[in-house]
Amino acid sequence: MAALDQTQVKEGIDQETVDTVREVGGAYKYGWETEIEMEYAPKGLSPDIVRLISEKNEEPEWMTEWRLQAYERWLTKEEPNWAMVDYPEIDFQDQYYYARPKSMEVKPKSLDEVDPKLLETYKKLGIPLKEQMILAGVEGAEDAPAEGRKVAVDAVFDSVSVGTTFQAELKAAGVIFCSISEAIREHPELVKKYLGTVVPVSDNFYATLNSAVFSDGSFVYVPPGVRCPMELSTYFRINAENTGQFERTLIIADKGSYVSYLEGCTAPARDIAQLHAAVVEIIVEEDAEVKYSTVQNWYPGDENGKGGIYNFVTKRADCRGDRSKIMWTQVETGSAVTWKYPSCILRGNESQGEFYSIAIANNYQQADTGTKMVHLGKNTKSRIVSKGISAGHAQNTYRGLVSMHPKAKNARNYTQCDSLLIGNKCGAHTVPYIEVKNNSARVEHEATTSKVDDEQLFYCRSRGMDEEEAVALVVNGFCKDVLQALPMEFAMEAQQLVAISLEGSVG
Amino acid sequence: MLNIKNLHVQLEDEDKQILKGVDLTVEAGKVHAIMGPNGSGKSTLSYVLSGKGGYEVTDGSATLDGESLLELEAEERAAAGLFLAFQYPVEIPGVGNMTFLRTAVNAQRKARGEDEMSAAEFLKEVRATAKSLKIDADMLKRPVNVGFSGGEKKRNEILQMAMLSPKMCILDETDSGLDVDAMKLVAEGVNALRDENRGFLVITHYQRLLDHIKPDVVHIMANGRIIKSGGPELALEVENNGYADILAEVE
Ligand SMILES: Nc1ncnc2c1ncn2[C@@H]1O[C@H](COP(=O)(O)OP(=O)(O)O)[C@@H](O)[C@H]1O
Ligand SMILES: [Mg+2]
Repeated sequence: MAALDQTQVKEGIDQETVDTVREVGGAYKYGWETEIEMEYAPKGLSPDIVRLISEKNEEPEWMTEWRLQAYERWLTKEEPNWAMVDYPEIDFQDQYYYARPKSMEVKPKSLDEVDPKLLETYKKLGIPLKEQMILAGVEGAEDAPAEGRKVAVDAVFDSVSVGTTFQAELKAAGVIFCSISEAIREHPELVKKYLGTVVPVSDNFYATLNSAVFSDGSFVYVPPGVRCPMELSTYFRINAENTGQFERTLIIADKGSYVSYLEGCTAPARDIAQLHAAVVEIIVEEDAEVKYSTVQNWYPGDENGKGGIYNFVTKRADCRGDRSKIMWTQVETGSAVTWKYPSCILRGNESQGEFYSIAIANNYQQADTGTKMVHLGKNTKSRIVSKGISAGHAQNTYRGLVSMHPKAKNARNYTQCDSLLIGNKCGAHTVPYIEVKNNSARVEHEATTSKVDDEQLFYCRSRGMDEEEAVALVVNGFCKDVLQALPMEFAMEAQQLVAISLEGSVG
Repeated sequence: MLNIKNLHVQLEDEDKQILKGVDLTVEAGKVHAIMGPNGSGKSTLSYVLSGKGGYEVTDGSATLDGESLLELEAEERAAAGLFLAFQYPVEIPGVGNMTFLRTAVNAQRKARGEDEMSAAEFLKEVRATAKSLKIDADMLKRPVNVGFSGGEKKRNEILQMAMLSPKMCILDETDSGLDVDAMKLVAEGVNALRDENRGFLVITHYQRLLDHIKPDVVHIMANGRIIKSGGPELALEVENNGYADILAEVE
């Protein structure tokens, strides 16, 4: 039975997907907001705000200093404008940089002190029942049978991590999975050693901003030789109004270890655009492997392009050790503006980087996304599979860099970049940058652009599917290579999202 | 069952009349065949009945069991029991044949207010049906029609027809491009579905398919009209003398 379910998912759209879409009935599914009393730092950015954030997180002095230096750097930097996106100027002084549920003011000692409204939020976010129970601090929840596979969850609500599940079980395996603020307090040696080593403080405008004001995020450390016993997952949610969210994620896979990490994001529907500038750093040591999957479903704005999340994210993995491996998989359906290039630094010899991406832009969404594969070591390999879908008036750009450095002897890259257009008011662009500095390296690039074909839609409809089902089916087929790269739970969610985010794109 | 009266159809973008008053009734349990020269409007008739866009009905009507088809969306016609086996089945890359079929079966069930088929139930049924049509299980896993041979594509249409069990089946040149063996398989599939509650409209160019699917009535279509109807012997007449005599007779 399990095997059967698996086949069905991998083959394309599932019936449940279609049902869910029906139930949701058109609107952005996560557009509700939770009425929770919030505590805000004053609007705007200053050294005092930076200190306040640091203080609220009970950070040691070195961390405060690190942030303040980042803040000074940020003042000297300019917002990048090379991406193929267009949005009104952001007033960085008109934002809240810190918001957290009042009930978290005193850190809950156990999860049953967590505001029930927060827990209600997890439920709506589709966090599995067992994790909800654990997040809710239900006694004995850890021992209750989990439905299906275990997934440890860290939930970040606005700026604050509100709880992590399965901590004990992970600890027994030697895995540290906690909020980054906790890691700064409890594991300063690890944080000091790795923070900012993949994405330096001064890397880019948004990363520098994040370094100054990040309020929370997730931290993972997998010790040498350990295969993490379950999927790790973080749910990010922006709830408060006018609040930027700046999470910071740090993942370290020590020698010979393995971990699969999932990240899901949502935000309420609001007229005013909101800023999200996260930084994710991944360190992969010798023979280690990390899978990082994202289903990004931030509020995309309404059908006229009002509101939505500006998603300016820096994600980078450093394959430091020989034979290390990173695999990024992303499903980008949300955000008004997306600016995101999960990258792989292939430093170790024979290290491998893979990037699988589905980016859907509908209505007035703008997505400029892709990857960077920087080959430094010998015999390094990378593979890029990008599926861009544009509908409505949306613009979707794939921007990818493949760089073969002089020492990257016999390095290989294969890039496949497919665009699908729905309707004739949208656009798809492919911008590959290729730099080859040694002649034993090989770079292959294939690109296609196609349209959702009326013949295909009629064929599906003549068999009984309505137009939206038909589009979802055809598009899920187009994305199949990438959907297959996702863990099971996410593959289901991703298929639903594909369907939901394309509603109203035809007819 | 299927009632077509005085059906006039032109292209939506172009002032070109294709069907010029088609009258046709197919009763439940009967097999009607339509023959006719290329370009006479046979495929157009099948498309208009099943709800394809791009055509405009300027006059006439078409009903299935008394319900007017022409106002319905394509998927509503399917749920009402109409099925078209395509002359050129469409490829859908990345979508497994099985997923496609299950989505279709359940969409129709849902539209009719019936319970959906569970994955297990469906799997059992589709395997049995495929076997009876001598379809390799491997074909169920492959993406819809992608890389299928001509014969496989047509057999896949018959498989869909069998799984959806429609009231009224239209087959558009299902035999064209098939060798004798493949055509026999297709004909056997159709014959297995014949029963007193189901009607068939078999569009074909050649008599030979009608050796295997014995029609009750044969119609000759030319220039957007049914110009002659008769028994199976009419097909033989076409086979022996071509359309010229019949056309001349009507002129
Ligand atoms: N979408 C279309 N655009 C232009 N001409 C069309 C279109 N559909 C049908 N026709 C024309 O209508 C006539 C009938 O075509 P068709 O129904 O395919 O005939 P048959 O199936 O009998 O060979 C032909 O002249 C054909 O060229
Ligand atoms: Mg034809």
